Amino acid sequence: MAEIKDKKHKREPLFHLVKRDDMKWWAAWLIRIAAILIGFFLVCFISMALTKESLSSIIETMYRGVFGRIEMGSTKMMWRYFQKTAILLCLSIAVTPAFKMKFWNCGAEGQALAGGLAAMICMIELGNVLPYPLLLLVIVLSSIVAGAVWGVIPAIFKAQYNTNETLFTLMMNYVATQIVKYYLYIKGGGSNKINPVAEGNLPVIANNEYMLNVIIVLVLTLLVFIYLKYSKHGYEISVVGESQNTARYIGINVKKVFIRTMILSGALCGIAGMLLVAGTDHSIDTNTVGGQGFTAIMVSWLGQFNPLVMIIMSALVVFLNLGSAKVADSCYLNSSYADIAVGIVILLVVGCEFFIRYQIKFRSTKKEVHV
Amino acid sequence: MIGYITRAILLGVPMLFGATGEILTEKSGHLNLGIPGIMYVGAISGVSGAFLYENSCGNVVENMNPFLAVFIPFICAILGSAVMGLIYSFFTVTLRANQNVTGLAITTFGIGLGNFFGASLIKLVNSDMPSIALSKTSNFFCTKLPFADDLGWFGELFLSFDFLTYLSVIIAIIASFVLSKTRVGLNLRAVGESPATADAAGINVTKYKYFATCIGSAVAGLGGLQYVMAYANGCWSNDAFGDRGWMAIALVIFALWKPHFAIAGAFLFGALCNANNYLNGLGVETQELFKMLPYVVTIIVLIFTSMRKKREHQPPAHLGLPYFREER
Repeated sequence: MAEIKDKKHKREPLFHLVKRDDMKWWAAWLIRIAAILIGFFLVCFISMALTKESLSSIIETMYRGVFGRIEMGSTKMMWRYFQKTAILLCLSIAVTPAFKMKFWNCGAEGQALAGGLAAMICMIELGNVLPYPLLLLVIVLSSIVAGAVWGVIPAIFKAQYNTNETLFTLMMNYVATQIVKYYLYIKGGGSNKINPVAEGNLPVIANNEYMLNVIIVLVLTLLVFIYLKYSKHGYEISVVGESQNTARYIGINVKKVFIRTMILSGALCGIAGMLLVAGTDHSIDTNTVGGQGFTAIMVSWLGQFNPLVMIIMSALVVFLNLGSAKVADSCYLNSSYADIAVGIVILLVVGCEFFIRYQIKFRSTKKEVHV
Repeated sequence: MIGYITRAILLGVPMLFGATGEILTEKSGHLNLGIPGIMYVGAISGVSGAFLYENSCGNVVENMNPFLAVFIPFICAILGSAVMGLIYSFFTVTLRANQNVTGLAITTFGIGLGNFFGASLIKLVNSDMPSIALSKTSNFFCTKLPFADDLGWFGELFLSFDFLTYLSVIIAIIASFVLSKTRVGLNLRAVGESPATADAAGINVTKYKYFATCIGSAVAGLGGLQYVMAYANGCWSNDAFGDRGWMAIALVIFALWKPHFAIAGAFLFGALCNANNYLNGLGVETQELFKMLPYVVTIIVLIFTSMRKKREHQPPAHLGLPYFREER
């Protein structure tokens, strides 16, 4: 009786999901590139609707916002683009080792600010005291240490008591911001601004103030790639990320990996802060990092934890950011338009992972014959 | 002193809304880091609604219906933030995208939307200041309860607030009751603790996750509205809302995932946030250090709750993980 009833009312849903793990890497990337393109054109179409310009002129304006006027071929704009990409890339590769072991470091902002502040203090206090090479060394070391300390505090508590690291690192951002504000009040007096400092700036090579930054970041990217892919530490990080229990069974000291990796992550953020303060602005401000710590998290995800792919992804995000800011600027829209554009594209790319990991199987129209 | 406490309560209310909303969402197993952006969207939706209504009445107070003046921004804020919640849940529930990344993208997107439309409105009114003032609507929101002025400190402390402040406390208590005492709450907690078990028990996991996230976002969005209408006296300026959304998420942990604890926590956070303005004899630079207090207190609470490891003080077991039925 029950069987008959079952057959009568047997309804299959229109479709169901199946997990797939046989997708070729190139097919996966094809989907991701498609998502990026869809996002890019969606942004373009929204721009068209808002500004009533043609598609080609929107794209041209975006291009102009990034590289300057086409005919003039302004290298200064281009280098500004490379510089911004480099800083975002540096922060992205910094959070990547932590992410790979599923440690959600949302504190890149604060760690970079701590590193930048350390560099700033050295530049102001020791600028006239130490000889230049020694000063540079002190600046680099102190910013690395400051960033690492800012990163390792949450890691110690995570390792010891399993404290929620997402919120801990997030709160550390604001602590760093307030300390920078405090320092600005002390040093800047009433204006709470610090004028650009001439001492202790990074050397200018090839007559280009951004060249050194870009080279340092590219080298670091390569080093992180090798570290994650070919070193024993990198292997341990990926095992911890996959399963902490597995890691324990095969004798990996999970706590040690947490702390070690966060020291690395914080140190890299500290270097990014140092590049911003000593290499770019020669001054500090609570907005020096400007929210890029959060964008870096998304870039790291977009790059699938692969530092080399992140080069492309950070270049893309900065392109979108600068380009849509230019579109907004030339059409008298608010500059927050850039945030909307970046948000849309990132959401689409995050969403497209679904089609890589799952397969939608529709109900077959042919009725099965029950015997 | 009374002034300090009332200010602290007003400061705490947006965080209370945000925290209540986030608790509802987290109970379904979703860590919604998009709350800061969603609160911005709630605020700007309410502001846009109020702006349009004020304009349609020719900017004359006499033409405005008190009920509509409050109702329109209220509904706009709820709808705007619920739509953001819907986007978030579509990505994380249906597409099973990474919750942290989706949340951060929603925050970027939401803050961008808020500032973008805020700037557009500011440009529409052609004002000299980079802000938009909706003092008429704000006055309707801030209508005091009767006797508030006659009862001295008691009236000021308990009766002088806008209705959203009372609503925030009421919603927190209702949420607390629903979560701990009703079947719906029990099911929701089951979904957050172990969706596979809930699914096997016949609970529609997807439906619960969607509803919890959207209702939670709508509640959080009201926090943005309260900030603009009550705390800032109807004055919207870009980026003024600041990092209160992140504080709300921290408050969730402070309150140990219990909305009724969040009430006291929110007012405490509010008190810490403006302690620097009321302590005498502080220099400007020391004030900046005092502004660290709420963050430092949050960190300390985080550490202590994780050290004590009581079972009822832990986050939902499946928090942050996607659920796929065919996975073992």
